[in-house]
Amino acid sequence: MKPYLAVVAARFRVHVQYRAAALAGAGTQLFWGLIRVMIFEAFYRSSTAVQPISMAQVASYVWLSQATFAMLPDHVEAEIRDTIRDGNVASELLRPVDIYWVWYCRCLSFTLIPTLMRCFPILLLAGLFFGLKPPPSAAAAAAAGAALLGAMLLSSAITALVSIGLLWTISGEGIARLSFAAAYLFSGMMLPLPLFPDWLRAIAVALPYHGVIDVPFRLYLGHIPPSAAPAALAAQAGWIVALVLAGRLLLKRGLTRLVVQGG
Amino acid sequence: MPGTLALYGRYASASVKSQLEYRASFLMHAAGNFLLSGIDFCTLWALFNRFGTIRGWTLAEVALLYGMVNLSFALAEALARGFGTFETLVRHGGFDRMLLRPRSTALQVAGQEVQLMRVGRFFQGGGVLLWAAASLDVRWTAAKVTLTAAAIIGGACLFAGLFVLQATLTFFTTSTLEIVNTVTYGGVETAQYPLSVYRPWFRGFFTFVVPLACVNYLPAHALLERNDPLGSPSWLRWAAPLAGVLFLTVALRIWELGVRHYRSTGS
Repeated sequence: MKPYLAVVAARFRVHVQYRAAALAGAGTQLFWGLIRVMIFEAFYRSSTAVQPISMAQVASYVWLSQATFAMLPDHVEAEIRDTIRDGNVASELLRPVDIYWVWYCRCLSFTLIPTLMRCFPILLLAGLFFGLKPPPSAAAAAAAGAALLGAMLLSSAITALVSIGLLWTISGEGIARLSFAAAYLFSGMMLPLPLFPDWLRAIAVALPYHGVIDVPFRLYLGHIPPSAAPAALAAQAGWIVALVLAGRLLLKRGLTRLVVQGG
Repeated sequence: MPGTLALYGRYASASVKSQLEYRASFLMHAAGNFLLSGIDFCTLWALFNRFGTIRGWTLAEVALLYGMVNLSFALAEALARGFGTFETLVRHGGFDRMLLRPRSTALQVAGQEVQLMRVGRFFQGGGVLLWAAASLDVRWTAAKVTLTAAAIIGGACLFAGLFVLQATLTFFTTSTLEIVNTVTYGGVETAQYPLSVYRPWFRGFFTFVVPLACVNYLPAHALLERNDPLGSPSWLRWAAPLAGVLFLTVALRIWELGVRHYRSTGS
């Protein structure tokens, strides 16, 4: 366990150096949040039909997703990409650790630490001034907390899988790009899933991405009632296990065909 | 001036050639760019599918705004991207070399990199604009087509001006400020919807500080022959795209001031 924790701790020390960047990032997310809330308000005012999610809930949903923007699996882990490109992956293989878990921990710290550094100022300001409401019940809060933890693990499993795909250089990069686009659309980051047309929501629910944004935030809002929380959390956990296993398998196959040039 | 443009052309063609050497990688980047901006439109469509209109604007009308601003931004990103990566140039001392050459620094920086992958957003935005033009009940006279083109070019100038200003900040801080990205990318997002949906302070910012309204919202009213709830006079709607050109001119002046302040990092 120890070397894996060391990976996270080392990353933490690196990220903490970029406090100004984190603050600027928080500012950017606040600005975007404002634009998005104003657009949703204008849409809600333009229609009298009853919507599957209320404007107040959408506002909270938007602010939560802005605060945890760094959790979205829309990137490959830069260090893994570099070791694959420059051949240092060979020396990584010499270390007496499980390379999958080292890489997974890197992805985890890349998701976890920037999110922690950015979310609090956004949540605070959004809560005070811009319409973010607390969860309706303690049960909803607990369910959302558990789902957020799961979201972190799930997002890291997706990032790890996509980064491992880079072992197949060109096709790996293509698949990564597809995955980023899918992450934006199907997580609920751009548009809360309840507002999707039915057929598009059916696709979103069949993919793992909604476990990163939509599930934790609808649990928070009580839009998924706490009674349905165990099923939602189980589905999320199932995806985490499946994606970790897929990542390990892909890594094993990738390493058997790996050729590193000398020099 | 013709010599300057020819030189920029040389820079651009060298950059394009180098990108086409890696054809598969280029295609992938362009497709990714297309896909990501396509998702944006997908969201917009889904919202209209559910709500019908936004403040009396239909999907086709909003698609006109969307197409224009995305074409502008794709042009600016492709042609002036060198300013976006200016930070690296300063940190590694590459700008010192440019100062030794007897040509304008702005030109050399802009020509450094012409990002061909931006054709992805360009085609996506262009497709949306064509669809909007075809499905709207608008008589496309020569004047209106010219105005559309002017608005797109004005918008490209505006975004290019923002890139220049962002790079100029580097002279004083040696690192580009993320926060400017809020205005560029946030501006694209903002301009995809009619300005009248936003709160007054926000509208004011994107009209008078960064005159995005002038290259998008105002000319669109002339094209659609709509009444502006914000009460802009009709001549202004036709002349407004000039504000983008003006913005770029001012930005380049400030850039020249910045160049005079430049101190090499020594690396």
